[in-house]
Amino acid sequence: MKKFMPLILLIILIIFPLVIQNAYYQHLMILVFIWVAIGSGWNVIAGFTGQVSFGDAAFFGTGAYTAGLLAHHFQISAWWGMAFGGIMAMAVAFPFGWICFRLRGAYFALASLALNEVCRHIATIAEPLTQGMVGILIMPTFVSKIPYYYIAFVLAVISVVFVQVVMQSKWGYYFLSIREDQDAAESLGIDTHRYKMVSLNIAAFLTGMAGALFMNYMGFIDPEVVFSLHDISIMAILVGIVGGVGTIYGPAVGAFVMVGVHEFFRTGFFGFFKGMAALTGSDFLNVAAKYISHAHVLGFGILVVLVILYLPNGIVGDWNKLIGRFFSITKKEAAT
Amino acid sequence: MILFEIKNLVKHFGGLAAVNDVSFQVEKGEIFGLIGPNGSGKTTIFNCISNYYPVTSGSISFKDQNITGMKTNKICKIGIGRTFQVVKPLGRLSVLDNVIAAAFSKVQTKQEARDVAMEILEFCGLSHRKEVIAKSLPIGERKRLEITRAMATRPELLLLDETAAGLNPTELDDAIDLIKKIRDKGVTIIIVEHIMKVIMSISDRIHAINFGQTIAEGIPKEVSNNRAVIEAYLGEEYAQG
Repeated sequence: MKKFMPLILLIILIIFPLVIQNAYYQHLMILVFIWVAIGSGWNVIAGFTGQVSFGDAAFFGTGAYTAGLLAHHFQISAWWGMAFGGIMAMAVAFPFGWICFRLRGAYFALASLALNEVCRHIATIAEPLTQGMVGILIMPTFVSKIPYYYIAFVLAVISVVFVQVVMQSKWGYYFLSIREDQDAAESLGIDTHRYKMVSLNIAAFLTGMAGALFMNYMGFIDPEVVFSLHDISIMAILVGIVGGVGTIYGPAVGAFVMVGVHEFFRTGFFGFFKGMAALTGSDFLNVAAKYISHAHVLGFGILVVLVILYLPNGIVGDWNKLIGRFFSITKKEAAT
Repeated sequence: MILFEIKNLVKHFGGLAAVNDVSFQVEKGEIFGLIGPNGSGKTTIFNCISNYYPVTSGSISFKDQNITGMKTNKICKIGIGRTFQVVKPLGRLSVLDNVIAAAFSKVQTKQEARDVAMEILEFCGLSHRKEVIAKSLPIGERKRLEITRAMATRPELLLLDETAAGLNPTELDDAIDLIKKIRDKGVTIIIVEHIMKVIMSISDRIHAINFGQTIAEGIPKEVSNNRAVIEAYLGEEYAQG
């Protein structure tokens, strides 16, 4: 049964847009797929290699801007950005890693945070190139969501499969060795600097591709959106943590949960507050509905606290524990 | 044949000379003991060899090649394996995965690495523990894992840093057997050790240091009767008689 789970899931996801015609749910699933790719990338560098990155938005934004600028300046289809976006993100990752992998642990994390901010400011200031805060608008290729759905779906599947293949190889073992003990890794003949670079570039490539797809799909970007610290970089970390740091399927599960939570807050508990306000005519609830839709970061915070307290290895990492708890609760209920 | 040589090695930490002008040569196929009281600079020498610390002056050569300042991972690749005094297992990986990660230094595919790892695990007597997560091993087996992992990189020279410390008498005998077995396989060994039972019974030659300086070198019997060595270990009074 467990063996067929991925296959069953694949089939469900393939027929999903054909069955669920509602564009809103299709939109959510596209976001989930984009986050699967970003989360997988983050998981390679932070989860498997142990170099926590707070700067995923730098790669995401670079990918998105590459696609956008190709279309804007050269009238080249933004879809080319899918390939070039990943490569450009690597071009950002390479010098950054070269210099900053001399730093370990929290100091690397801080450097990656700085990279995020530097990229955002460059995109804001370099107006002749990026149009600064005005942003970039391109014409979407498709009206329907379904083509985007399948492209995002393929990107997500490629990300997960690619990470799985990498982790089964020499690289994977080297990444894990570096995470567990960098000095021991060196003594085992592992060029830690080089393999950290490899890991970061894999992460950058996947994230950059996701960024390019985001540009194509949304049709509009500005520096605040794609280089956002809390909406991209932190979200990438949350996808990883909630799903399970250092697990292959963790980012997939994490992406689903996090997009769900994000949407839950954005819509004010799926319109619950607005509904109640309309029903009771209470001004207070109306105001609450307005604020709650901006409070998704608060929701993320609460979720992270809960996950770290009860599922320190994430949903996938602690799956057996989760199932065990669930069954012990149902058993207790059955007993009483 | 001289396999490995240290010439006039000096290492300063600020004003402190942790290693001061130490030289020795290691013949191919021998077990070379390195002894000295606590803080005499034994581990520092190891860390200088594998370039965790840059040396202040002096040179280190292996197979007639100057390896001073060579990157740590390169040093492993050319055939010098090492263990750590404070064991550094790859904690959350299984014993087998620990050894596979090391085996990749000489082979490319996972299948080959796995084969090498299984062979070395068998050789070192850890194959019955291969599925265990490394950090849950008791200390004796962690020390053994250190050796196993170093062996998986196929070294010609193995640096053992207090691999017998903290072991009970049975484990100690096993460790001695294993070290002899590794020597019989043709691997040259430099061993740092405090436990005299181990160092005296297996070493072909011993080099004693104190305060970072050479005080004696020779076969175990000579060294154990050497006045300076007794003085360093037991104090001046005992050296009189």
